Amino acid sequence: MDKTVNQKAWFLILPVLILVAFSAVVPLMTVVNYSIQDTFGNNQFFWVGLEWFEDILSSERMWNALGRQLSYSAIILMIEVPLGIYVALHMPKKKGFSASICLVLMSLPLLIPWNVVGTIWQIFGRVDIGLLGYTLEKLGISYNYTQNFYAAWFTLIIMDVWHWTSLVALLAYAGLQSIPDAYYQAAKIDQASRWNVFRYIELPKMQGVLMIAILLRFMDSFMIYTEPFVVTGGGPGNATTFLSIDLVKMALGQFDLGPAAAFSIMYFLVILLISWVFYTVMTTLDKRDGV
Amino acid sequence: MASIPAQRTRPRFNIVMVLYILFMLLPIYWLINMSLKTNAEIISTFSLWPQNLTFANYATILTDSSWYLGYVNSMIYVSINMVISLVVALPAAYAFSRYSFMGDKHLFFWLLTNRMSPPAVFALPFFQLYSSVGLFDTHIAVALAHTLFNVPLAVWILEGFMRGVPKEIDETAYIDGYSFPRFFVRIFTPLISSGIGVAAFFIFMFSWVELLLSRTLTSVNAKPIAAVMTRTVSASGMDWGVLAAAGVLTILPGALVIYFVRNHIAKGFALGRV
Repeated sequence: MDKTVNQKAWFLILPVLILVAFSAVVPLMTVVNYSIQDTFGNNQFFWVGLEWFEDILSSERMWNALGRQLSYSAIILMIEVPLGIYVALHMPKKKGFSASICLVLMSLPLLIPWNVVGTIWQIFGRVDIGLLGYTLEKLGISYNYTQNFYAAWFTLIIMDVWHWTSLVALLAYAGLQSIPDAYYQAAKIDQASRWNVFRYIELPKMQGVLMIAILLRFMDSFMIYTEPFVVTGGGPGNATTFLSIDLVKMALGQFDLGPAAAFSIMYFLVILLISWVFYTVMTTLDKRDGV
Repeated sequence: MASIPAQRTRPRFNIVMVLYILFMLLPIYWLINMSLKTNAEIISTFSLWPQNLTFANYATILTDSSWYLGYVNSMIYVSINMVISLVVALPAAYAFSRYSFMGDKHLFFWLLTNRMSPPAVFALPFFQLYSSVGLFDTHIAVALAHTLFNVPLAVWILEGFMRGVPKEIDETAYIDGYSFPRFFVRIFTPLISSGIGVAAFFIFMFSWVELLLSRTLTSVNAKPIAAVMTRTVSASGMDWGVLAAAGVLTILPGALVIYFVRNHIAKGFALGRV
């Protein structure tokens, strides 16, 4: 849509600007402040320059947390995206009762509070009272997510798959819905194989929404805090201490303000970068759709 | 015989969906199952359904003030947040969808970064900010803190809906002599009512599910249900039945309205862009 140039539109934006500045810019400046100063208490600060940044960048702890975080995000993306597409392809094509039921049941996990998602899997995975843990134990697989590294990771990954695959599926489904029937009929006349239909009709049409899905999932898994905090608390040891968990430990647990602030800023810069990619994808999509 | 392959595809498609939905529902079923058992039964016997059906766990929550006040607190700050977010986001979304002005793209991007920024980064500064202005442990503090991600979310979602409304409607209304506020309230708002509903739903949800900020900013008076739940886990460690019942009760609000937003869930998560 071609928009009219109107500088007075700023007045409509003003409330948002003030509110978000209060809740985003002010706190962020506090963080910047801490990241370049040190304190001995009593509100006395002195300038330390980039020392905290150097500290953090050379600390093993941060790199380990980042490594765990990236592996986690990579693993869940590799499972959720193909599975989500697969599920979307099997959803009822026509709008109707069965499609509604599928949508409602699939969306349920998306609407559950994140700490309750944690609670559900904490219970579900327990060997003594949880269905998953009990079944695995009966099958002779030793499984204990509070002690065992692999079990902890397995629990967190299957939890995320359970929680978020539906989002990928719903987005992919929305993409599939926009394909006109004529495309399929043409493919049928050409006797295209199922794979070719997928590869040359469905996948290109889903490309945009899949980009959104991948970026959203990457971003949200990159900031994950509540679910692992409830299920494993970052353990066993530090096995599931992801970036956010580590940061909260540092800032609110140990009150290491300087390092925590430097950590925050680098974390935020990474997010900024991903947001920019996301924004670019969104705006090109808007243009391509000609809205 | 020619029709057999066509029929065969139906059961196969069902099996994938049935398995997937089963996978979705099993953990939820297990939570409900646990909430209807006594603690003694949970620990002593392993059963797929409650042997002695009991609603005692729900009774505990609904009669113990330290539990049900958690729900009340959550409801209060979620509602405040919803009102603030919608009121400021509506005009802004209109401006973004209709006009171009200096810095509009940068602003729109900046809003997005706030939706995407990790709450963990903001936990400590929020704690200090709200403590220093004397708002610590109040509902308004949590509501304001949640505007950090909910206002940008609302602006993006509403903008997505508003761009679907043809500009000619605005122009006709102005020619007919409507002033901007009257046009906005009388004509435009009803046109995007479904968008407002979806935005409200997602504001509600993201505020309802957030734990880190609401836990950091409260101690007693405004303690949300999510924080009450984590405390109970660490304190007694054994009260699984009550914990499960509390979990079921937090799922209810989402489950009740899900049918009405079923076609918009993807759109809401994708910030109005699908």
